[in-house]
Amino acid sequence: MSQKVLLSSKEINIILHRLACQLLENHLDFENTVLIGIQPRGIFLAQRLTDILQNDYGVKNINLGFLDITFYRDDFRRGDKTLEANKTKINFLIEDKNVVLIDDVLYTGRSINAALTALQSFGRPLDVELLALIDRRFSRHLPIQPNYRGRQVDAINNEKVKVKWKENEGEDAVYLINTTA
Amino acid sequence: MSELSVNHLLGIKYLKEQDIQLIFETADHFKEVINRSIKKVPSLRDITIANVFFENSTRTKLSFELAEKRLSADVINFSAGQSSVKKGETLIDTVNNILAMKVDMVVMRHPNPGAGIFLSKHVKASIVNAGDGAHEHPTQALLDSYSIREKLGDVAGKNVVIVGDILHSRVALSNIFALKLQGANVKVCGPKTLLPKYIESLGVGVETNLKKALEWCDVANMLRIQNERLDISYFPTTREYTQQYGVNKKLLQSLDKEIVIMHPGPINRGVEITSDVADSKQSIILNQVENGVAIRMAVIYLLASKIK
Repeated sequence: MSQKVLLSSKEINIILHRLACQLLENHLDFENTVLIGIQPRGIFLAQRLTDILQNDYGVKNINLGFLDITFYRDDFRRGDKTLEANKTKINFLIEDKNVVLIDDVLYTGRSINAALTALQSFGRPLDVELLALIDRRFSRHLPIQPNYRGRQVDAINNEKVKVKWKENEGEDAVYLINTTA
Repeated sequence: MSELSVNHLLGIKYLKEQDIQLIFETADHFKEVINRSIKKVPSLRDITIANVFFENSTRTKLSFELAEKRLSADVINFSAGQSSVKKGETLIDTVNNILAMKVDMVVMRHPNPGAGIFLSKHVKASIVNAGDGAHEHPTQALLDSYSIREKLGDVAGKNVVIVGDILHSRVALSNIFALKLQGANVKVCGPKTLLPKYIESLGVGVETNLKKALEWCDVANMLRIQNERLDISYFPTTREYTQQYGVNKKLLQSLDKEIVIMHPGPINRGVEITSDVADSKQSIILNQVENGVAIRMAVIYLLASKIK
């Protein structure tokens, strides 16, 4: 197994600020916008973007929620392991809101598909956008593309993209891991 | 641990402590789901479940059916009263006929102890015991412990007394196994005639004085007198039973602490528990019913994920 650094802490920081600005450009005061981080790994990215928007750009009262998609996934009983759920925390209605779904890596698109189904339990949004830190090109199983992307990566199937956050793994970094080499 | 150590839920006796914790953690997520405006998830859309009830049930059957439907499973219901059982069909034949219709899981209530265990050895389906005679009622014990955990934060170290007809109660036996497994202290309380002779071998204390039992406990789980199972007379009159083992407001107020009152239902108001106690803020009887759906969703979800 070999790994190389795709993004360093400094690069991630620059990208986060760029993504925050792009969100700001389209949503301005965030009055009718809600950010939803997808469990388990999208929540760190969503929280960081919220912090930047609030602290550096003075946006007040951002609605941030965390969505668990376990019970909506299309691979129930297809793997060896029981799918383990995480906490869903959405304390607001998404009816007629602009929803931004946030995840760390966009790969096959199946998670986003499940997230779109799960969102329906919380109301009918006005529109839904997708933000991904890493967009793995050419590996989509479904017609899903991000509206905001941090970095586009061409990774082959036996390579894994791993996003680490200070909050859960002690460092900010993105690695490309080759599982065969 | 992310999966159950068992493929069927036949009794608490066959579970490990980690299984119970996994069921509780999963139930936490389902409790959040059933409090949404849209209370349904699509997980089990390719699973078919048969609810096979050879004995009467209202809340357990409703609770299972609701749990199954909230997981998007297809559900068929079978009650022995209206079936070929009356025509002499055996249990295995009945269930195999149901399974021939491509059913993946059977939730069964049966008057004979061990019926679920017997079935699990002879048919190819995941079996959930919804009560087998006076043996076990595992989902009831799970939801009881879950409700204690919700109310008091933890089950370990708590003093729980189970009051009433212990002899005929599957709820009592499953509760004893579940509570002991989680590290609670358990006592049973009731007239000597309704306490099994060797109950202490399960590691539970015996108390025949209700006042003393209540002074000791954090939680009192009040059981119904199972008149339909009382083949002989176990106590002189219902009135005398109520005087000795019924909980009323006055008795609760005489204690120096506030204990939690539970009841698996159906309640015989004025017998084991008075209305003012059943409807008081110390009672978590309706929380138990709500938690029952979340617990059953968790059990079915975790067992279904093991069906390959």
